[in-house]
Amino acid sequence: MRELLYRHAIREALDEELARDENVVVMGEEVAEYNGAYKVTEGLWDKWGDKRIVDTPISEAGFIGMGIGASMLGVRPVMELMFWSFHSVAFDQLVNNAANVRYMSGGLCHCPIVMRGPANGGTAVGATHSHCPEGLFAAFPGLKVCSPATPADVKGLMKTAIRDNDPVYVMENTLLYGTKGPVPDPEDGDHLVPLGKADIKREGSDISLIAHGRSVLRALEAAETLQSEHGINAEVLDLRSIRPLDQQAIIDTVMKTNRVVLVDESKPFCGVSAQITTLIQEHAFDHLDAPVKRVCALDAPAIYSPHIEDEQLPNPKRIIEKVLTLA
Amino acid sequence: MPPTPALKDYAQADVNRSLTPEDKIHFFREMARIRRFEQTALKHYNGGKMGGFLHLYIGQESVAVGTVSLCGEHDHVITAYRCHGHALAVGMEMNPCMAELFGKATGASKGKGGSMHLFDPENNFWGGHGIVGGQTPLGLGLAYGVKYKNQEGCCLCYLGDGAVNQGAFHESLNIAALFELPVVYVIENNGYSMGTSQTRSSAYKHCLAQRAEAYDMEWDVVNGEDLYEVRAKTQIAMERAKKESKPTVLEIDTYRYYGHSVADANAKKYRTPEEINQYRAHHDPLRLWRRRLVEEGVLTEEQADAIDKEAKQEANASATFAIESPAPEVAEIFDDVYWETDNNTEAANTGRHFFND
Ligand SMILES: Cc1ncc(C[n+]2csc(CCOP(=O)(O)OP(=O)(O)O)c2C)c(N)n1
Repeated sequence: MRELLYRHAIREALDEELARDENVVVMGEEVAEYNGAYKVTEGLWDKWGDKRIVDTPISEAGFIGMGIGASMLGVRPVMELMFWSFHSVAFDQLVNNAANVRYMSGGLCHCPIVMRGPANGGTAVGATHSHCPEGLFAAFPGLKVCSPATPADVKGLMKTAIRDNDPVYVMENTLLYGTKGPVPDPEDGDHLVPLGKADIKREGSDISLIAHGRSVLRALEAAETLQSEHGINAEVLDLRSIRPLDQQAIIDTVMKTNRVVLVDESKPFCGVSAQITTLIQEHAFDHLDAPVKRVCALDAPAIYSPHIEDEQLPNPKRIIEKVLTLA
Repeated sequence: MPPTPALKDYAQADVNRSLTPEDKIHFFREMARIRRFEQTALKHYNGGKMGGFLHLYIGQESVAVGTVSLCGEHDHVITAYRCHGHALAVGMEMNPCMAELFGKATGASKGKGGSMHLFDPENNFWGGHGIVGGQTPLGLGLAYGVKYKNQEGCCLCYLGDGAVNQGAFHESLNIAALFELPVVYVIENNGYSMGTSQTRSSAYKHCLAQRAEAYDMEWDVVNGEDLYEVRAKTQIAMERAKKESKPTVLEIDTYRYYGHSVADANAKKYRTPEEINQYRAHHDPLRLWRRRLVEEGVLTEEQADAIDKEAKQEANASATFAIESPAPEVAEIFDDVYWETDNNTEAANTGRHFFND
């Protein structure tokens, strides 16, 4: 299989969906003439022109609300947030309008919109640019949230998200844009990854590491070290999508290994990992040989210092230490 | 209140000259229906039959009826929480509207939206939104959709005089002008946002619509008590939207007779009784229109009474319908959250969207 960069996998997804459905538009700050702040949309404006690839002013509430309104009329906007940290500027539109319109109208309206862009830190951009809000948005019924870790997954999930009739928030990661991986060839058919289906990225028998987004790569690194240095065979379950959540896959892996460490780059307090801990205790408590443990971002705003930023994140070292407490 | 411009008779404006007597009577009937609907709703709200808020539109009827009367096939309407008038004006039936206020399964939104969230996409009516100013970017999006689909149409987006100070509105104006979107922002200036008078909420007190100049956008001020003027000036704005794809801000002076909502404990404190009585007695759009039609010989007093009576009966019948309708089933709480859950896909069967269990 050919290898693609994560950013190019997203671009390929956008390009294919632009070709498939003339209602799809790509919108956001710098997505058109500038070619995308992260070069995700590079070349799309040249190919599709002003009507389909739209530069907006720095006006998150304005343009995201506009996308939501347009989606009610059947346009299918894919909105780039330059950083998911800027969700706060458009929060009203994201949670009061996109999430609620279908419900408040008794199903008469719906919002087939995609919000995408990088979440998370890791690039020493400080507290205002490092938010990791997937758990926040997953808390709002009406929204769907995913956080793909690999180029193949981001392509497949992005295409699914664009075809979905509900608002889907795709949380990417700046540090993933430059990662490479195999992506099925378009010649071999439409590559779609369903929302709500987790994926076992590494089979194992001794302990389950459950992660999403970039944490999946950190968990995989940790798993290799655990195997080679400690003889512990860890399974890595990639959630891919936070809501819908593949509850069965979580329960299955716990039943298989009986031990679990959750790896979650968001904060521990009321975060995704807190939700999964609850799920496990409600549905798989009898299968646990040890308490559920978590490795999250340390519970403080994201530190700038590039020297220690990685210490705040769930890095392989912290994952391994946590696993060893359960061994 | 900003000064109303020199009085001019807009009956002779093109858009009004072509009106038939039936059209004019229709406007009277629509205004009477809104008024009677609201009065009936008030009665039952006070009787403890409804939840939450009830934002009455009484006093502002000419705005919804006048502006919506100009809408064609590809024109869209979106508004805030004071939405009953717009809902009826676009053609929603009283029964689903009233039942929605009562929170019944037969309500327009199956009892999920309530008074502030009426919707009717079949009539191009997109709500009913509860966040002050939050609907203004959505209106932009509806206009965007119309333009994207190469339709000749526009969006009428209503907001209050309080909403003009929300950032979302300013962002919307900028984008509307920048992208040349066919949207008409209709500020229904009833003088107050809840208990705060317009002069206490806007730094530039003289005029709200003039802010459009900062965005290189056309604007106008309209005397809302005169249906002819509302139609004449709105028509110019809608033409501008449709023919030139240019946005407009219209500020329509109007007045609400009741408190901000019926639950407004201070309804009688921030406005003097004299002020309210003055508006009721001399500026009531429904009575002024009625008088006008009688003067024009279009309508007799008896006919007007009969129309009003019918409206009252219709409103009462809608209340009976609402009272007799069933409440939603508890299980319906989970309907209409996700499209695919209601459309029976694989994810629907596994119920993976909900975190309750
Ligand atoms: C963002 C937000 N802030 C506050 C409120 C509470 N609230 C609802 S309506 C209202 C007054 C708005 O007045 P205006 O825009 O003039 O409209 P009117 O009620 O006069 O129609 C307030 C403060 C709200 N719903 N949303």
